[in-house]
Amino acid sequence: MTRRSGDTTIAETRGDQIFLVGIKVMLWIALIVVAVPLIYIVANSFSSASAVSAGRVLLWPVEPSIRAYKEAFSDPLIMKGYLNSFIYAIGGTLISVTLTIAIAYPLSRKTFFGRNLIMSALVFTMLFSGGLIPTYLVVQNLGMLNTRWAMVIPSAIGVWQVIIARTFFRSTIPDELYEAATIDGASDLRFLWSIVLPLSKPVIAVIALMYAIYQWNSYFDALVYLKDPSLYPLQIVLRNVLILNSGTGSTTTTSLAQQLEQQQLANVLKYALIVISSLPVLVIYPFVARHFTKGVMVGAVKG
Amino acid sequence: MSGTIEVSPAPPAPVREPARPPARIPRPGRWTEARRSFRRHWQLYLLVVVPLAYFVIFKYIPISNAVIAFKDYSPVKGPWGSDWVGFKNFDLFFHNPVFWTLLKNTFILAVYLVLASFPIPIVLAIALNEIRQGVFKKTVQLVTYAPYFISTVVVVSMTLLVLSPRLGFVNDAIGLFGIPEVDFLGDPNYFRHIYVWSDVWQTTGYSAVIYLAALSGIDPALHESAKIDGASRLQRIRNVDIPGIMPTAVIILVLGVGNIMSIGFEKAFLLQNPLNQSQSEIIATYVYKTGLLNADFSMATAVGLFNSVLNLFLLVAVNFVAKRITGNGLWS
Repeated sequence: MTRRSGDTTIAETRGDQIFLVGIKVMLWIALIVVAVPLIYIVANSFSSASAVSAGRVLLWPVEPSIRAYKEAFSDPLIMKGYLNSFIYAIGGTLISVTLTIAIAYPLSRKTFFGRNLIMSALVFTMLFSGGLIPTYLVVQNLGMLNTRWAMVIPSAIGVWQVIIARTFFRSTIPDELYEAATIDGASDLRFLWSIVLPLSKPVIAVIALMYAIYQWNSYFDALVYLKDPSLYPLQIVLRNVLILNSGTGSTTTTSLAQQLEQQQLANVLKYALIVISSLPVLVIYPFVARHFTKGVMVGAVKG
Repeated sequence: MSGTIEVSPAPPAPVREPARPPARIPRPGRWTEARRSFRRHWQLYLLVVVPLAYFVIFKYIPISNAVIAFKDYSPVKGPWGSDWVGFKNFDLFFHNPVFWTLLKNTFILAVYLVLASFPIPIVLAIALNEIRQGVFKKTVQLVTYAPYFISTVVVVSMTLLVLSPRLGFVNDAIGLFGIPEVDFLGDPNYFRHIYVWSDVWQTTGYSAVIYLAALSGIDPALHESAKIDGASRLQRIRNVDIPGIMPTAVIILVLGVGNIMSIGFEKAFLLQNPLNQSQSEIIATYVYKTGLLNADFSMATAVGLFNSVLNLFLLVAVNFVAKRITGNGLWS
């Protein structure tokens, strides 16, 4: 976004100045509306259980405590979910990126026969799908139900990512480069491996991040395909704890005071869990935001 | 995306061969060309085998499996071996009292979402574009963009916590104005507002980034000359910025209408509870329950197929209208 040149050459009229103030007020409101719920969650997660349960926390921790975090990190179910999510995110991303490049690169080459037909066939799947049950039947027939494969294979390739990668290859790898490489005796695969991939690091990073974040955040596939709690990704564990209020472990409490404390801890645990689960994504977010935007724009360019 | 379906430059002549000037050197035929491409670039064709298999297995076989919508599916006989029942499943669904509720809930939610989440990112982008580069602008962008990366489960959880009658700050805030506590999730009338506005909260920053990129693509000379002609900021927004982002806006609107019927499941399902079901039950959640919880595969597929066809029809219709009005569409 380039700064408008000549912003200062013509003096602002009074109307424009008022207008600009209005715009700033609007942006402040947008900032507050988005930020307050986020700060509220973080503040609560660092507060004491009794303060949270009494609703005394607003934007700053009350009676600061990290008990909820300790509790969360010592819960076997949550830790297992965390580990599973990492496995799905990393494994899924590797598979997805490999397959996406494997189809996007040939589709970017003018010498590839039938590329328009294949591309149309891919785009069609964005517009029309068989639906939940017919896809479920395929996964069932492949024996993938209740296995880790069900988390990474059925959603392996995104058409949108194929379009982004293909557009990038098309616009940044000149035909002359390929011709020069063939004269030097490089095969198609050799050219892809030694020339195209090193030149395409930015777009590979973008689609890898897109897949990783998608995997990290997704819960629907797990809900449909997994039954064994030891395979659950973090999002399913979160749903059980946060939305269904089912608690994490079996707690055999005796006294009423203890029960009350458990209940209060369960409340603050919710806030801590939200922070913990969003942390990996939000930590890398400021670094990837710019690339993400670029990736979206590359894909949007009519190629 | 229009480029994906490229129209060959050949004229639509009904009789091809005689139309060709005989003196020209004949181009090699399509199949000769294909064979040569296969021989020379066999490695490329090898590369696409696995990804193509993926699309056949996980996208096209399910489409063919959808045939069970017209059958009485039996796991033993498989999708193609099961007995035909014609339109029985559709008939049952259309005559089910739940049908009109589902259709109404899905449609109202879809339209409400598109209408609410369309203009706000445009306003945000134009506002951001009006102010100078600096820390404030960067902060607003970074913060408003962030919720896009949070999972649906977390956004719904946050919504529940913030709106909760006893703990949430929203009830505290309206309590200051003397309004009694509201059980937002327990009242079906609030469901749509919660769904739509939490979505706006999550996606506005992301959508604004796309419009900002479109705004930065506008020729600065247009703004210059408008300024020299004495146009105010508001006039420049109306006559330079808005026409400049129109093509982008149309594409996003078309995609929005096309997508809602297919991605509505996750959030509606998570926000759903027995108390708000009269408005929160949409086609997608009904398919999940009928198919996977009640194991009525044929009926669930029929409902899903009805949804898919409706979705496709909607997308094509909106694209047609958009193209008629503005000259821009998804595919040309």
